[in-house]
Amino acid sequence: MSFTIARTVEDALAAIAAGARPIAGGTDLVVGARHGKAALPADLVAIDRIAGLDDITAGSAGLTLGANASHHAIEHHPVVAGSYSALADGSALVGSPATRHVGTIGGNVMNASPAMDTGAGLVVLGAEVELRSLHGTRRVPISELWSGPGRTIAQPEELCVAVHLPQPAANSGSAYLRLEYRRAMEIAVVGAAANVTLAADGTVAAVQVALSAVGPTIVSVMGLDTLVGSSVADAAEAAAAAASAQATPISDVRASDRYRRHTVGVMARRAVETAARRAAGETIAIPVNRTLGIGAAS
Amino acid sequence: MSESIILSVNGMQYPVTIDQGRNLLSVIRGEVGLTGTKEGCDDCECGACMVLLDGQPVNSCSYLALQAQGREITTVEGVLNGDAMHPLQRNLLEAGGVQCGFCTPGMIMSATALLQRTPAPTEEEVRVGLSGNLCRCTGYTKIVEAVQRTAAELQGS
Repeated sequence: MSFTIARTVEDALAAIAAGARPIAGGTDLVVGARHGKAALPADLVAIDRIAGLDDITAGSAGLTLGANASHHAIEHHPVVAGSYSALADGSALVGSPATRHVGTIGGNVMNASPAMDTGAGLVVLGAEVELRSLHGTRRVPISELWSGPGRTIAQPEELCVAVHLPQPAANSGSAYLRLEYRRAMEIAVVGAAANVTLAADGTVAAVQVALSAVGPTIVSVMGLDTLVGSSVADAAEAAAAAASAQATPISDVRASDRYRRHTVGVMARRAVETAARRAAGETIAIPVNRTLGIGAAS
Repeated sequence: MSESIILSVNGMQYPVTIDQGRNLLSVIRGEVGLTGTKEGCDDCECGACMVLLDGQPVNSCSYLALQAQGREITTVEGVLNGDAMHPLQRNLLEAGGVQCGFCTPGMIMSATALLQRTPAPTEEEVRVGLSGNLCRCTGYTKIVEAVQRTAAELQGS
């Protein structure tokens, strides 16, 4: 058993190559270990003190989130909130203030929960994950990263070091919202993100929708290309129908499969409507769930 | 395998020898000997174990003690002004924000972090700031009042 504190990415990669597992905030790893989901790994390398790995860098090429960027930092970053709103909407809903301070985007993405709140937003915004090992670096489109609940295509020796998002199109906006039963420490019953680009005449020029908690991984809704040229209202209805049709939810303690299939359509419709309002220049505060009063009443 | 490290709690240095899997909460209570921080759910849900790590709120039940080395830990014992109560403590008592009191240390730590970040919070901001802390007695209204009263006092001083 060992516990080491990495000061550089190279230190961390060497430890991981030798069999250690990375830990940042530990919000999934430590809680999971106590639940008996998976024993705490014998060898751990703490990556939370690597200088610069929590940087959030916005530029003309897009946005780069260091893997250690916390949900708190993402939620409050003005460029993320303004141009990558679906991601900020998601980070702002994760757990509690404590969870958001220690929980990181890299950990969230690699934990691969189908109910994660940042995943659908990252998918509609076209994110790529940067995976690094001692042998090199590769970028993986985020929709190809997850292979099942808690599983990714990353190799054991690879560490997620960053998440990259392209510059959003002009006249576009995005939103993530979720159905929830209470307002604190909640997990999505279902969730939906949308990214909408508007044409000069106010019709839809492009729309992407992704769903959380209705399948083994985040679900990208397919076949929305046909909505180009339609009104926002028509696109929202069609996206809702497609979301419900393509969802493959399970029944569990939180909701039945039928309820999830219905409500994920409602969430998809509202995500498209909200994203379109943002695309048209309206400012809707982060997170959309609170601003629109979705979920439990206050 | 045990490791010997030094934890800095409320400005004091505590050498401790602990197993790798020990959570920060059990070390604060069992090794450091400060029992103000409570174990509630032991599952990152209830916030009774909230401490500050470099000023930010952390659920100490779900944080490895080894990860806290080199950082400043603040527990409820660390918010006292000498022997005098912190205004948050006094206002919680005066407003009726304490009944059984089990959640109170965690509430104080979350509220402390909130007021450092947002010295004049709205009611909604207080509720979001305390959203990781469960209270089964008060219904929260008096707790929110106490935090807002404290904010007004600290702003006025």
